[in-house]
Amino acid sequence: MFESLTEKLNSTFKKITGRGRLSETNVRDALKEVRLALLEADVNYKVVKKLVEDIRERAVGQEVLQSLTPGQQIIKIVNEELIRLMGGAKKGLELLGRTPHSLMLVGLQGSGKTTTAAKLARCLLKQGRKPYLIPADVYRPAAIDQLEKLGAQIDVPVYPTDPALKPEEICLDALSKAGGEGADLLLIDTAGRLHIDEALMAELVRIKKEIRPGEILLVADAMTGQDAVNVAKNFNDSLDITGVILSKMEGDARGGAALSIKAVTGKPIKFIGVGEKMDALEPFYPDRMASQILGMGDVLSLVEKAQAEFDEKEARKLEKKLKKNEFDLEDFQSQLRQMKKLGSLEQILGMLPGTGQMKNLKQLKPDEKELIKVEAIINSMTREERKNYKIINGSRRQRIARGSGNRVQDVNRLLKNFTQTKKMMEHISKRGFANMESFFR
Amino acid sequence: MPGLSKKKDTGKEIKDADQDKGLFQRLQQGLLKTRSTFTGRLDRLFLGKKEITDDLLEELEEILFTSDIGVTTTQELIDSVQEKVVRKELKDPEKLKDALRDHILSFLKVTEVPHPVPEPGEPLVILVIGVNGVGKTTTIGKAAQRFRMEGKQVMLVAADTFRAAAVEQLVVWGERVEAEVIRQKTGADPSAVVFDGLTAAISRKIDVVFIDTAGRLHTKTNLMEELSKIHRVAGRKLPGAPHEAWLVLDATTGQNAISQVEMFNKALGLSHIILTKLDGTAKGGIVVGILQQFKIPVKYIGIGEKLDDLRPFNAEDFVQAIFD
Repeated sequence: MFESLTEKLNSTFKKITGRGRLSETNVRDALKEVRLALLEADVNYKVVKKLVEDIRERAVGQEVLQSLTPGQQIIKIVNEELIRLMGGAKKGLELLGRTPHSLMLVGLQGSGKTTTAAKLARCLLKQGRKPYLIPADVYRPAAIDQLEKLGAQIDVPVYPTDPALKPEEICLDALSKAGGEGADLLLIDTAGRLHIDEALMAELVRIKKEIRPGEILLVADAMTGQDAVNVAKNFNDSLDITGVILSKMEGDARGGAALSIKAVTGKPIKFIGVGEKMDALEPFYPDRMASQILGMGDVLSLVEKAQAEFDEKEARKLEKKLKKNEFDLEDFQSQLRQMKKLGSLEQILGMLPGTGQMKNLKQLKPDEKELIKVEAIINSMTREERKNYKIINGSRRQRIARGSGNRVQDVNRLLKNFTQTKKMMEHISKRGFANMESFFR
Repeated sequence: MPGLSKKKDTGKEIKDADQDKGLFQRLQQGLLKTRSTFTGRLDRLFLGKKEITDDLLEELEEILFTSDIGVTTTQELIDSVQEKVVRKELKDPEKLKDALRDHILSFLKVTEVPHPVPEPGEPLVILVIGVNGVGKTTTIGKAAQRFRMEGKQVMLVAADTFRAAAVEQLVVWGERVEAEVIRQKTGADPSAVVFDGLTAAISRKIDVVFIDTAGRLHTKTNLMEELSKIHRVAGRKLPGAPHEAWLVLDATTGQNAISQVEMFNKALGLSHIILTKLDGTAKGGIVVGILQQFKIPVKYIGIGEKLDDLRPFNAEDFVQAIFD
């Protein structure tokens, strides 16, 4: 997600690493680069200015801890400032008082409100809530249809909106029918609108007044540029939003909008959207995000994600194996099977410390079609072969190739890639884990 | 016409607040937005300034950055101005303003990318692509309307078979602009829909065919491949097709737009860029660097959700708006 900023910061800090102690000059040089990197990452100009000032104040004159290089010391400060700015500990939904509760999603056109509404509904359903989806977008063609279809997919009731009614009337009627549907939580999907469209912003204020939702969440596109501050500020000024959901985080956007929006509204980012599938919604962790920005990886996130989808035992096994570099083809196979649940290999690798620094990671990026082939090849191996790939000799390779409907070259390539991956993991566990741990003690 | 959509959420495209405003008034509003030179950011900046100072340059840099003109392009613009100041070619802040405008304009003036044109009697096929939520379907609706106003027969092909109700959304636009929509059910192979669409368009002597594709992030290899397949299948049915590939960019997008252009261009070869959502407060400055680097012209800008809210791109007006 933030790889590019990560790479940029890392190359900056490489330059000043080992140039003796932290001085005014190397703080200035580093901050010049930090500033450009943050701007490049779409953090708002004014937010960057303030952030860089704060870091400068803290950094200059600060004594370098004995165990750190000046570069590491600055990374530490930048990291702390990013965490502080993005809001400390994670925040879930706060829905208090009598049921039915309501939650309202607002935002610009195309930010992903409808998809997010359905994802949230699914997530809340899993937590034992009884959500009720309310399509209150009477403007965009087929918006109501879209939510109805998504609701059917995830088995959540959808209020049968009459587009001739005003959105606030729709919401009020839905509220009165929620009990009858056995629902305890209304999820209101509003129409996308420009933050400067006074008439439509007033409409949202009317819905808020009638329904008094416990949560008003702004859905913002992670790819948003400088304008994120204007959008967030206007929505917050009109509605006093309770939080933010950042959508489309699975791309290669550097995501500076996260920093900008938090800085300008002071409201927490509660979730991130990471795909078009209904389960592609995750909590937002500012601390993890900050270390991800700085290339320190996110083992915690990986472990947690794995735990949610694998059973705990298997997750621990995987973590241990990754650390000890005992990863074999058997693990690779079970990983491929879990791939759909766990996210892409690239995503997983991105969460590991040290991989952000590895430029060649991009070349290792697995092609999804290739993965199907790879799985077929691994499936054609015996258990013994999977446990110890070194025994796979020429005749075994031929058998595997025939069995999986591939050529011997494909098998050779897979084995070569696998050994490379193993080497890479070795590299990570040596330089990544070890290095990073000593560095933040 | 196959599969008319349910009537329920059609026809509400005109918002209550705008209902009684005439075209003239809306035009005026639009002009006010783009031509408020008097109170423009740049003019305010230069007001009463007699010489070019570092503060002035920093404020200039802020204008460029906050318009989403990225780091590289902004630095290039500021460096060139600074050089001229050092060489004493520029002393007058007024002249500085002109120099900057001209410099940006030089990036924006891009000639057409060579692309195939349809043989006489064959339809012009336009493939419309982009990431999720940029306004592809809305752009198609509005662009189709432009062709309809010229008396052209337009067909819309619903190749977004992935997103729930995407087909229905296009069908509503088809009704609005009186264009036939070729569709299959959600989940169908988009290339098959395109093949069907082109077959129908050729036999019915349609003038212009728009292919609406599913929004996809440019980083998803398999979805980008799907797009290449659509492209190939179109060309197999009608040599030369798609004649144009329009990438729809959201003006609110930051530096990621560069990556979008790069990847989509690599996958298909883009003929035009459409810049949508310029009716908000975003300046869309990202296209400055994009045009400089990729030389793909911006064909239209989107300035609203109404049928006539798609306008030809005008570089002068665009630069003006950046400094407003």
